[in-house]
Order: sequence, then C-alpha cells, then structure tokens
Amino acid sequence: MRTGVIARKEGMTRVYDENGQQVPVTVLKIDACQVVSVRSEEKDGYTAVQLGAGAAKVKRTSKAMRGNFAKAKVEPKKKMAEFRVSVENLLEVGAEIAASHFVPGQFVDAVGTSKGKGFAGAMKRHNFGGMRASHGVSVSHRAHGSTGQCQDPGKVFKGKKMAGHLGDERVTVQNLEVIAIDEEENVVLIRGAVPGPKSGWILLSDAVKKAMPENAPLPAGLKSDAKAEKAVAAEAPAEEAPAADAQEDNTQE
Amino acid sequence: MTNIVDRIKAKEEAKLNEGKEMPNFSPGDTLKVHVKIREGSRERVQVFEGVCIARKGTGVEGSFTVRKISLGEGVERVFPLLSPRIEKIELVRRGSVRRAKLYYLRDRRGKSARISERTTGYGIEKKAAK
Repeated sequence: MRTGVIARKEGMTRVYDENGQQVPVTVLKIDACQVVSVRSEEKDGYTAVQLGAGAAKVKRTSKAMRGNFAKAKVEPKKKMAEFRVSVENLLEVGAEIAASHFVPGQFVDAVGTSKGKGFAGAMKRHNFGGMRASHGVSVSHRAHGSTGQCQDPGKVFKGKKMAGHLGDERVTVQNLEVIAIDEEENVVLIRGAVPGPKSGWILLSDAVKKAMPENAPLPAGLKSDAKAEKAVAAEAPAEEAPAADAQEDNTQE
Repeated sequence: MTNIVDRIKAKEEAKLNEGKEMPNFSPGDTLKVHVKIREGSRERVQVFEGVCIARKGTGVEGSFTVRKISLGEGVERVFPLLSPRIEKIELVRRGSVRRAKLYYLRDRRGKSARISERTTGYGIEKKAAK
C-alpha cells in the first residue's frame, strides 16, 4: 500500500481529451507535502507515514508542534494527516512528495470536508418529496410529513431522517480518474468534482477498489526523484537513467 | 498563491491554439465552421455555415452559437471556442447588430431576419489594410 498525498483544492476548469471531448477537472495543488514523521511496527504497532502540507506561520504554530517539525527538520505545516502504508513503502522523514506520485489514467479516492449547509430541511438534506403545492396544503409545503405510526409504538424511531445540520463533514469520493499531472506547478488534474470549498484540503490516495497502475512510482513519487532524474538525463543520457517504475527510495537529509 | 487555475487554463488554451488561427468574430457575423466528423474510422470535415448569434465565456470555457436555416427549419449548433474538433473558422461577413445575443432571430423568418453588413468599426481597418 502506497502513501497518499495531501492536496489543496484550487478550483475547477476543463481540458480536452484526445478525442476532442471536454473533460471537467478539479485542480489539486500538492503544496510542499513532506513526511513529518514515520510510524513503525516496533514503536507504534503499525506502519504509516505522517504527512504535512502547506506553510504555516511559525508564530501560529504551537510550541509542541514546533518541536515536532524541528525534529523532522521541515517547515511548519498547515495540514497534517497520516496514511497507512506497507513496510516496504515507508518513506524517510523530510521526503517531499510530488505530483508525479500519480500517473494519468489511474484512479484515486479523494477525502475532503464538504461545504457546510447549516440547518437544512428534510427536502434538501434527505431528498424528501415535500408536500403538494395545492389541494388544501397550507404553510407546510416543504415539511417532512409523518414521522411514525400511532399509539403503538407511540414514539419516533431513532435514526428517523429529519431536518438538521447538513454538510461540513468528512466525505470520500471513490474512483476519480487522474486526467493529467503538471510537474511544473505540482498539480494533479482529476476528473469531476471533489468535496469541499476552494482552498480546502483533500486527501488523495490510490483507489481502494481499482487495481494499482503498473507504472506507479514505488514507494512514492518524490520531488528529489524527479530532480535527480532530470539531472541524470542532462548529464549522461545513457547512464543509469532510472526507469519511472523502479525508482529507489531517495536519500534526502 | 496567484491563481493556479488561471495558469492551467492559459496552458491548455495555448496548447489548443497551437497552429490555429482564429478570426476575431462577434455576434451578427456570418461564419463557416469546419467541423471534423468521425464516421467509423474515417474522418471528414463538414462545413456549418450560419450566423453567430451568441458568444459565451472566454478561453477554454468559451463557446459560440451558430444559427442557420436548413431546409426551412432553423438549426442551431453550439461550438466550444477552442475545440480541437473545429478545424477552422472562416469569417464570411461581418454583421451590424446592436445586441450581444441575437436570440430574437429565432422568432423571425425571411426578410426580417436579415442582418445588414457592417463596414465600419472594430476590426475592419485591419482587414482593409491586409
């Protein structure tokens, strides 16, 4: 299992595919997404990488977190998240993940926090039908209607769908296609929409319900790898040009 | 954090515009749109000629509507501005109109649906100089 990535939703646009069809895409920026700490089997009982992304002001970072960032020798991060990974895909602390972590055509799952809708009625929140516009209905056109039976059971069952708070919750959207990546901008373009507002944080990981692409970089697509590859290609084109699918874990102190 | 989306749009636009020359047309102009049509494995070009009655949006998100009378029946097609399926757009004639959206043409037939030619104004001198 590979690590995921913390990305920021930048907005939506459209691109054209090779057939000349328009594809709606969400632009997700991977902004300085670095490994802040690593969870190991012997110490924590499970393996995972803790990632941080975005830049936080030092004075707005708590002393405790400052200590954590100092230990990892990374800049303070705005958003932190942990991704479970298998042992062979553990990363080094400080490694920075790049957009090339994903390959175009692969499928990803996106986790975000949906836009808050406040206290919403049953029609909006649960797609209830509401009541009739005429035929004697007054005042209660958008009401939910009956909530139960009669004297027996004499109560409303728990879990009855009613009006209440809608949105501002964790939402996962599965199997979104990666349309393109832009290494220059460190941006991933994903078909369709992802939950949450612009500048909301999105956790992207390989789709659970689809096969992993064969040419996905293991253990992760790192920024240092991309740089090293370019340098190698520039210096000696023939000499040990590392194939994209067999990238070694790069050392980045 | 200047707008990344704008930069992505600009890149896509540049990619789509490569090797293409778009005339500067506006609503009221008569256009010939050369559209690539795929029939099985074969591709051919079909020309759709009519009056541009609306332009919407800009760049990658832009589109325009062309209206023509085909066999006595009004036909409208909406094209994306930068679609790679459009081989080229020919500007046949500039029209003089006072509205940005010429939806009123839908209710008109024959003589009253004519648009007089524009001979002055934006973009004309340039053409004459050529």
